[in-house]
Amino acid sequence: MTTLTVNGTEYPLDLADPRVTLLDALRDRLDLTGTKKGCDQGACGACTVLCDGRRILACLTLAAQCDGREITTIEGLESHPLQDAFVRHDAFQCGYCTSGQIMSAVALLGENRAGTDADIREYMSGNLCRCGAYSNIVAAVREVARHA
Amino acid sequence: MSIATGRTQETGQGIGQSLLRPDGTLKVTGEFAYSSDLWLDGMLWGATLRSPHPSAWIRSIDVGPALKVPGVFAVLTHEDVPGEKFYGLEHKDQPVLAIDQVRYQGEPIALVAADHPETARRAADLIEVVYEVREAVTDPRKAAFDLTIPPVSVHGNLVRHQPVRVGGTFTADVVVTGEYEVGMQDQAFLGPESGLAVPAEDGGVDLYIATQWLHVDQDQIAPCLNLPKDKVRLTLAGVGGAFGAREDLSMQIHASMLALRTGKPVKFVYGREESFFGHVHRHPAWMRYEHGADRDGKLVYVKAEIVLDGGAYTSSSPAVVGNAASLGVGPYEVPNVFIDAYGTYTNNPPCGAMRGFGAVQACYAYESQMDRLAEACGLSPVEIRVRNAVSQGSLLATGQVIDTPAPLADMLRELDAMPLPGPSSLDLRELPGGVAQTTHGEGVRRGIGYGVGIKNICFSEGFDDYSTARVRVELLGDEPHVLVHTAAAEVGQGLIMVKTQIAQTELGIDRVTIVPADTTVGSAGSSSASRQSYVTGGAVRAASLAVKERLDALTADGRSLTQVLAEEGPVEETREYRHRRTFPMDPLTGQGDSHTQLALCVHRAVVDVDVELGLIKVVELAAVQDVGKILNPLALEGQIHGGTAQGLGLALMEEIQVRDGKVLNPSFTDYLIPTILDMPPMKLSILENPDPHAPYGLRGAGEPPTLSSTPAIAAAVRAATGLPLSRVPIRPDDIALAVLA
Ligand code: FES
Ligand code: FES
Repeated sequence: MTTLTVNGTEYPLDLADPRVTLLDALRDRLDLTGTKKGCDQGACGACTVLCDGRRILACLTLAAQCDGREITTIEGLESHPLQDAFVRHDAFQCGYCTSGQIMSAVALLGENRAGTDADIREYMSGNLCRCGAYSNIVAAVREVARHA
Repeated sequence: MSIATGRTQETGQGIGQSLLRPDGTLKVTGEFAYSSDLWLDGMLWGATLRSPHPSAWIRSIDVGPALKVPGVFAVLTHEDVPGEKFYGLEHKDQPVLAIDQVRYQGEPIALVAADHPETARRAADLIEVVYEVREAVTDPRKAAFDLTIPPVSVHGNLVRHQPVRVGGTFTADVVVTGEYEVGMQDQAFLGPESGLAVPAEDGGVDLYIATQWLHVDQDQIAPCLNLPKDKVRLTLAGVGGAFGAREDLSMQIHASMLALRTGKPVKFVYGREESFFGHVHRHPAWMRYEHGADRDGKLVYVKAEIVLDGGAYTSSSPAVVGNAASLGVGPYEVPNVFIDAYGTYTNNPPCGAMRGFGAVQACYAYESQMDRLAEACGLSPVEIRVRNAVSQGSLLATGQVIDTPAPLADMLRELDAMPLPGPSSLDLRELPGGVAQTTHGEGVRRGIGYGVGIKNICFSEGFDDYSTARVRVELLGDEPHVLVHTAAAEVGQGLIMVKTQIAQTELGIDRVTIVPADTTVGSAGSSSASRQSYVTGGAVRAASLAVKERLDALTADGRSLTQVLAEEGPVEETREYRHRRTFPMDPLTGQGDSHTQLALCVHRAVVDVDVELGLIKVVELAAVQDVGKILNPLALEGQIHGGTAQGLGLALMEEIQVRDGKVLNPSFTDYLIPTILDMPPMKLSILENPDPHAPYGLRGAGEPPTLSSTPAIAAAVRAATGLPLSRVPIRPDDIALAVLA
């Protein structure tokens, strides 16, 4: 039995098949569908979550690897200023990348790497947005970084 | 007709304001339900067996081994399609499941429903298909013209040939020619195809689906299921981007078939690789152009041959060909035109709608030609375009008069006057190659380029293009409240705000709720061709005005609105809205008023190119676009940014690579789309010269920037390298190897 701690709640998980990814475990077993699957190959960033405060790609992580670690998903944010900033700056269109963008940006702020726009772009470059909302994503992250 | 300017509410609502997305909070908290998030207890998962071959006879299909897998509930082939076996947007030529042969790699052959997605996928792999592989027809330029090539389609290998013929003078003092190619681009929406079909007690099916046009889906699904339309009910589920790729059906019929057969809800979610096979792409194009001008650079004639590869099935290729032909000379005054645009069938991946729809490919070619002409005439890229620019009153190549503002020359001058960015710092992140440290500035050259695009807005060529809106005012918690119901698909473009703002403006009531889109209200048409603000916006406005008229009559006796609603009950009206009629293009001359609205966008690109390695950094993109009337500034800017980014992708990186009919790169590791590092900051100038025929004077805005950004970037790279670069996307090799040579 594996125990996943997600957003502060412990979920016992019966991993009969140890190949279950963290992403599928979150979405299909814990009903936490806020984390998105854009590629399932580590190429788009839509599945970004935090593991012990560091950003990871849930599609490239086995659920079994997360035993005893603290996972934070978009559902675990409690009115984070980034969420509000993303809405006000219209930092998305379809919104499919947004959970991943926000989780990535949350970690970025924690990493103290949002000093300049160039920094924000560099450290957000693992998160694709096909709608092309990039300028507004930079604007939203910049605003929160300045007021942090 | 006068132009309503729209009353802006004091609360900062209504049109012209940056109303924030009503679904925004759900999207930033992860609660917004995309089609892939839907879940019903006891549901099954669908999987599709697809052809590994681009062209083959199917000699036999044995589903036995798949049926034996524990957890499998059904395995279906074409024999199980309950009704018509074929569907399609323009021609019903695409089999629901392959019958006796496959015509492209990835064509669906059989379906499985199982209690777990992995089980379904593994069972699909166990289906035994015996193929007799044929030689694939893969060269579109041969397919349509060489009669010894076997026909791919029942229609032969030519989808449509559309000539355009104007005038008879095809000699000039200055002549430039060029051959251009555009690779096959993918829409690459981030949320792959998905949907949930639920069998209903009346024998019908309820389908929750991410699509662009619910009613055209319904029209195609019902006959294949052998059900009346009212038993195939569709509700829009959350859409993770569209860009044209959801205009054709993907798994809609498949999921419904499995749900009806098993009596259980069936969910499909394509993976990224499957998504590359699950939808149509942008037509790759081969184009030969000849431009003739006098010594002052004034165009005398344009000749063009445009070949668009539609792949195995028709999809929307005929309309794409129509656009390439009618807009094939661009927004320039050209007295003599000789265009032949062809769409072909091949065994390559099917192509259909993508943002820009046929206008993108031609735009890349004619703009490349304008740069060559500028050079030949000794003029600047801006000057050559200004001298030939259309304006209100000009004729298109189709003979259609541009009868609304089209201030292209002014737009170009404004673009030219925008300040240029300074030289890049030596911060690695600002250099081509970035932190890979491929250069510290050596070998880097700067280039500047311009691009101009013209796009038809709404459906053209005589299509009965309309939308329907139901608007209801009622009391909710003692306050007047508006419900707006349409079947229009919100795909991220912000239509949900536009509908809200229009209702607020026309009714003077702030509290507006957008009812989920479904097929219980009339068709809204497609969320494509930049048409929803225009057409669905027009319908919401018309229905709102009809409600307002009744409310005004009811309150004329001095009662308050609240009182009236309490005493008389809700007031509801449904209206259809159509844009000005359009006409088919003459099949021999291409003449005709085929478009209802035309939109212009101009781009300037500044790039730094490491000419030794062929790596490119786009430093800045500037654009001027005329949208007639700004409905929501924030969302509009987002559309221009997004359209520009997709044009950048086509210019520099995006191509589905196809060899012998097979896709080589169906993943995001091999099919690259622009990241936040690739997309530079933009300078925008947005003009409001109203189109008096459109609601509020608006002009569709989502597509034009996708046209003009590609040639602007390509021109900038040419300017930096001095290379002809006649194909997009431009690959590093195209530069590095050419420089070496
Ligand atoms: S889904 Fe994990 S990176 Fe794309
Ligand atoms: S908002 Fe659509 S992918 Fe980013």
